[in-house]
Amino acid sequence: MTYHWDFGFLLQLGPLLLQGLMNTAKLWAVALVCGLAIGLVVGVFRTSPSRTLRVIGTFYVETIRNTPGLVQLIWIFYALPILTGLQSSPWIAAVVSLSIYAGAYSAEIYRAGIASVELGQWEAARALGFGYINQMRYVVLPQALTRMVPAFGNRAIELAKATTLASTIAFGELLYTAKIIAEDQYRPLETYTALTLLFTAVLLPLSYATIQLERRLGKKGTLHRE
Amino acid sequence: MNEVLRLEGLTKSYGNVPVLKGIDLTVRRGETVCLIGASGSGKSTLLRCVNFLGYPTSGRIFLEGKLVGREITDRSGTKLVKYREAELCSVRAHVGMVFQQFNLFPHMTAEENVMIAPIKIRGLTKSQARDLAAVHLKKVGILEKARSYPGQLSGGQQQRVAIARALAMEPAIMLFDEATSALDPELVGEVLLAMRQLAQDGTTMLVVTHELGFAYNVAHRVAFLHEGTIHEEGTPEEVLVKPCKSRTQDFLRGHTTFRMPEPKL
Ligand SMILES: Nc1ncnc2c1ncn2[C@@H]1O[C@H](COP(=O)(O)OP(=O)(O)OP(=O)(O)O)[C@@H](O)[C@H]1O
Ligand SMILES: [Mg+2]
Repeated sequence: MTYHWDFGFLLQLGPLLLQGLMNTAKLWAVALVCGLAIGLVVGVFRTSPSRTLRVIGTFYVETIRNTPGLVQLIWIFYALPILTGLQSSPWIAAVVSLSIYAGAYSAEIYRAGIASVELGQWEAARALGFGYINQMRYVVLPQALTRMVPAFGNRAIELAKATTLASTIAFGELLYTAKIIAEDQYRPLETYTALTLLFTAVLLPLSYATIQLERRLGKKGTLHRE
Repeated sequence: MNEVLRLEGLTKSYGNVPVLKGIDLTVRRGETVCLIGASGSGKSTLLRCVNFLGYPTSGRIFLEGKLVGREITDRSGTKLVKYREAELCSVRAHVGMVFQQFNLFPHMTAEENVMIAPIKIRGLTKSQARDLAAVHLKKVGILEKARSYPGQLSGGQQQRVAIARALAMEPAIMLFDEATSALDPELVGEVLLAMRQLAQDGTTMLVVTHELGFAYNVAHRVAFLHEGTIHEEGTPEEVLVKPCKSRTQDFLRGHTTFRMPEPKL
């Protein structure tokens, strides 16, 4: 049996697909930015001298990392409204859920990055008269961030893939759009193949760039050394 | 006010292990005091207490005549000194520290390493800080490397930048913790020379060193630390050439590189 491939209908549905792509991109970008911000705060908590902050940070990270992202999303969309009495839109639920999710994973990257900076760097900054926050801000984080870039690249790729979770709460991102098209046109093979190719086309270059960056950083841990 | 640093009955324990057992030491303005002693005798611990990278267990530290911290009497009548972190930050800003491992900030150029604290802590503008950095980098003979990153400098060059970084805060006293111990032998000289120049310019310095030749030639006074106390203290002649205590004599005998009488340079 030979299957008659036909991608033509997808071209006609271009605007719809583009809409899905834009929604995916929007969700990805917003969750990434929020996740990195949450992660910074939590990562700093996790390395802080205060035990209370460390415990809060650890609780957050471990809770999120040890539950499926899908369950978190569904909990926020279907369960949380029962507590708050406010039904959020799929968009809000997806952004909140993915930001929290990305926050936990990026917190670990920040924590590891911060921990990788030698004690002597903290001490040198401290000896100059910098307080904890400024030791972190001027001396430790800039070095840690450089080392974290490849790990963030990997997280960004993971997060891009995780945006498809939002299809389960009917947020019109790519997978949800594809589902509708596939059902409408009776052409799941072409539709999902196109979706796969689309993701690969976007993420492969990013993946490659991350690897290159990782290689350039190498063991030196900083881009400044020759 | 002639006295820059005074330690009174300083003690420090790690858990139950006492490392410093009552140190009394005074460093006057313009004076270079060398602290010598065997490995593990507590030299680093002592220096780190002076700028509060480590906290003393008891005793008092006076910086330029002022007690650091606030003395209180607890219920049992013992006197304790309480420290506030904000005060300690300002103490650290007034005490320069040079580490064995340099600890330069690798993401900043030599010049930026020197500029950062004057800008962020002393509130200098960028251009003021750049001028200041030039003065101090010149003082340690490394101005031409101002735009280099630490990774592009030799150990001796890095350590001189680290000295300039500490000097740029215009500290009341400079602390050196074995500033040349991590260097290849051929690079030791340039750092010692820079330190010697500082001493001659009248910088107040407390120097932990194994370079007994430096102590002999540069120090105004030498203190020999043994098992957490200052065992013997005096002029370089008194401590290094004619030590009274047998422990000091034993220690000096172990230093084959330092033979007396070494010529005064
Ligand atoms: N953080 C620490 N915890 C427990 N013990 C410590 C700590 N730091 C130092 N010590 C101990 O305190 C003693 C004094 O150490 P210190 O580093 O002050 O010696 P030092 O005179 O500087 O020696 P060196 O010449 O090797 O640098 C040593 O016995 C050491 O093992
Ligand atoms: Mg030491």
